[in-house]
Amino acid sequence: MNIRFTLNGKAMDLDAAADRRVVDLLREDLGLTGAKEGCGAGECGTCSILVDGEHRLSCLMIAAQLSGRDVVTIEGLSEKDRLHPLQESFIRHGAVQCGFCTPGMIIGAAALLKRNPQPSREEIREGLAGNLCRCTGYQKIVDAVEAALLPEEKL
Amino acid sequence: MRQVRLPQTLADLWSLLNKDPTALIFSGGTDLFVKMRADKVAASTMIGLERLAALRDIREDNGDIRIGACATHENILRHPLIAAHLPVLVQALRTLGSPPIRTMGTIGGNICTASPAGDTLPPLYVLRAEVEIASSKGSRSVPIPDFIAGPGQIRLAAGEIVTGVRVKKPAEFNLHHFEKVGQRKSMSCAVAGMAALLRVTPSGAIEACRLAWGSVGPTVMTDAGIENFLTGKILSPDTLSAAARQVTRMVMPIDDVRATADYRRTVSGNLLLRLSGMENPTIELKRQSPSEGM
Ligand SMILES: Cc1cc2nc3c(=O)[nH]c(=O)nc-3n(C[C@H](O)[C@H](O)[C@H](O)COP(=O)(O)OP(=O)(O)OC[C@H]3O[C@@H](n4cnc5c(N)ncnc54)[C@H](O)[C@@H]3O)c2cc1C
Ligand code: FES
Ligand code: FES
Repeated sequence: MNIRFTLNGKAMDLDAAADRRVVDLLREDLGLTGAKEGCGAGECGTCSILVDGEHRLSCLMIAAQLSGRDVVTIEGLSEKDRLHPLQESFIRHGAVQCGFCTPGMIIGAAALLKRNPQPSREEIREGLAGNLCRCTGYQKIVDAVEAALLPEEKL
Repeated sequence: MRQVRLPQTLADLWSLLNKDPTALIFSGGTDLFVKMRADKVAASTMIGLERLAALRDIREDNGDIRIGACATHENILRHPLIAAHLPVLVQALRTLGSPPIRTMGTIGGNICTASPAGDTLPPLYVLRAEVEIASSKGSRSVPIPDFIAGPGQIRLAAGEIVTGVRVKKPAEFNLHHFEKVGQRKSMSCAVAGMAALLRVTPSGAIEACRLAWGSVGPTVMTDAGIENFLTGKILSPDTLSAAARQVTRMVMPIDDVRATADYRRTVSGNLLLRLSGMENPTIELKRQSPSEGM
């Protein structure tokens, strides 16, 4: 099936099986390996992407659903050579160890800040409740998101 | 490869369903795509309902509240009409899944999955929700307990879909409560959950009550005897303890990986005890505490 959508700001026009999982389409067909398949069942958030600005899971979406949508993956979050404030903050606060969860965490945090630009610590925890990290620990991740809200951390 | 159709109008949907009444319907896909991955589903055509604007709206209709089947959990949580009139549903939705699951999953999908642990179900039972069903031939509506036949079983004919759910504003109740007990706060499948609507006088007398338990039987469990027992009594620990003993005998839980049947019986009764101390009710929303799993 022919599918047209916007991916990281670029107009896409591609042929894909209508029921191809979006995570496979992104990683295998388009070479965007930022979104990862952790559980493949909606539980871990490593496959997170933004669809029309909302936090969705690419392991639970199929290609046909992308038609007409505006999709942003971690690769498209930064502007040219400038990292997104959340990316800067994750680096600065050591919120990355193996990095497997990081693209999903940052996408989840970006969606949270869109819904709620000034979340409390508790709201950050709730907002990232669908993203699992098995090594950094959540303190530093929450610290990083919290710090990204502070003016001096904004780039 | 399967065909996937995403109709934009109901007319298109009916013509697709007439051509292939066995086509697989999906809304958010958060249940179906997980099942498909485990290879439990075979169908050559899939029809997604996500682009049917007619199925997404949440509105007042003749004084009732009507929620479209494709309203996502997040849409419902954020809707002022729901916040104002249905705190019991808001409290339940806050415990459902995680932010992306709430952004993708729909109330129609939650009803049609008919899981004993479906979190919208106990609130919909105490709200006496009517499920609206339609096909190319017309529409009908049925009370939710008649729609859900058993675990994963619904009474829906080929060619029919659920279009929405309708509830009367529960104006006569001033206490809304939902609580779910699970092994962690986010994304946990409930060990037991309870929804309650009560009308309590300033002196603490229970004038009316409706109660429903999830995850402790093949479908949501309700019991008119227990509701009658509580009605007319004072909302006190003693009254609630006596009712809780009846609850432990009424529910029909099973042993599974998450909990034993015995534990579920005890928790079902204890959930009722939580109403103690709520004599000064408010229908204002209570915040849920943050996720423990984080
Ligand atoms: C990680 C994870 C965590 C979860 N946590 C919870 C939780 O805490 N509590 C909970 O209750 N659920 C939970 N769920 C289950 C699921 O997210 C919900 O049940 C959700 O509401 C399903 O909605 P959906 O639109 O995604 O359904 P879909 O997957 O699209 O559909 C589910 C079923 O309903 C049918 N269907 C859907 N819409 C209609 C319609 N309008 N008419 C007729 N048939 C229809 C489909 O054919 C399918 O059989 C979780 C799921 C995941 C993956
Ligand atoms: S891979 Fe999608 S949520 Fe885990
Ligand atoms: S950094 Fe390794 S899983 Fe989070």
